[in-house]
Amino acid sequence: MPILEGKELRIVGFLCNWCSYGGADTAGVGRFKQPTDLRVIKVPCSGRIDPLFIVKTLMAGADGVLVSGCHPRDCHYSEGNYYARRRLEMLKRFLPIMGIDPKRFDYTWVSASEGQRWQEVVTKFTEQIHELGAAPKIAGAEAEETLKLMEAAL
Amino acid sequence: MQNLKDLKEQVRKALPELDVVIGWTGGYDPLHATPHFIRRDEDIDKLQVNALCVHNLATYLPSMRGKKVGIIVKGCDSRSVVELLQEKLIDRENVTIFGFGCNGVVDQTKIRRIVGDVGNIESCEVSGSEVKVSASGTEHKLAMSDVLSDKCATCRYPNAVLSDHFAGDEVTTTATFEDGYKDVEEFEVKPEEEKFGFWLKEMDRCIRCYACRNACPMCVCRDHCVAQSRDPHWLSQEAHVRDKWMFQVIHAYHLAGRCTECGECQRACPVDIPILLFKKKMNKEIKDVFDYEAGINPDATPPLMTFKIDEDKITERKW
Repeated sequence: MPILEGKELRIVGFLCNWCSYGGADTAGVGRFKQPTDLRVIKVPCSGRIDPLFIVKTLMAGADGVLVSGCHPRDCHYSEGNYYARRRLEMLKRFLPIMGIDPKRFDYTWVSASEGQRWQEVVTKFTEQIHELGAAPKIAGAEAEETLKLMEAAL
Repeated sequence: MQNLKDLKEQVRKALPELDVVIGWTGGYDPLHATPHFIRRDEDIDKLQVNALCVHNLATYLPSMRGKKVGIIVKGCDSRSVVELLQEKLIDRENVTIFGFGCNGVVDQTKIRRIVGDVGNIESCEVSGSEVKVSASGTEHKLAMSDVLSDKCATCRYPNAVLSDHFAGDEVTTTATFEDGYKDVEEFEVKPEEEKFGFWLKEMDRCIRCYACRNACPMCVCRDHCVAQSRDPHWLSQEAHVRDKWMFQVIHAYHLAGRCTECGECQRACPVDIPILLFKKKMNKEIKDVFDYEAGINPDATPPLMTFKIDEDKITERKW
């Protein structure tokens, strides 16, 4: 897979328990080829995601963050993803003023049956992050130590 | 203000029904005004209203809930009061608003930069177009336009948007929404690395005094602020730029769609970090996506506290 040539980047994915996590699982069960840069964090609903999770992730050294939830109208809790949509859209528009490329963050909707779509989303997003390369890091004892440990573990 | 007499009269009439009226009076030196809590008739005579009265007094309102409070507001302060009403953090029947038309307030930082030594101010006279400051024996004549707060130069709401009593005439303004966001646009077009570096450098100065938070009328979590919560532990106590910057992003995000741009956060900052820029950027985007401005209509709901099933301006990603 061309995407794995060279080093991997750190991408964090926040996936909703009901749709996108299932979608990613479907993709796995279907043995669809996927890039391996993404580390998944399962959340109960995309509405559970505080946009500050994403800022914190980016500041702690992630190169990209992907959020995926249920399609609008399909939320297990009826309206979680509607709130998420507003918050995440504002975050995407806010990131540039911090000097963080808004392309490093994206949100999308993938249902549990859409294994194919998940494969597409994760591949395209990973490609996008690889085009941007590693994110600028905030130097600091703690962050560097953590990164060294992570490097060693890889 | 030429209508100080009217205002005092209105306060005098209303005072018997109220526990306290919050206004401004002379501070520790002639250059500064300070918040003033009027409880008795003789306190009314000390009331001062001029370009030195920078404090947004709405900050005190949520903590005085349950009391009958009168508050004297400039246009921008009145928006904070409206926003607090919108979020049901104060009760309309307990608040009496004394509004007036404001011609702008001074930026103490600008005065300090021109005058230099502000440790020994002997006198300060404010007229419509000039501020005369005498410090350490030297007299400085400063043009009001040079020391006016940035927010006042592009003010769109110089008159109280909601008031029970209004003193004097309304002030007219020609400023538009776009005028107020020119500085954000200028900053936005800079390359990504430059902006990232800029904030690293600016935030490094932060001493984590949280004056920005305490001066903010919309920061109402107080003891539950995420900056000091241990569970969840959002921020460490480390004096690292990462934590300081993160705090400012938290502040900006918790004010998304609620900030009325009174500028108190930036004014209160002892090391002059331009943190209002974050909030202005957020407001600019809120206006663009939701066509909404905070603190105008007491019956409106802030856009991030509600949703539309089909959003007008948010488009789905095409993968």
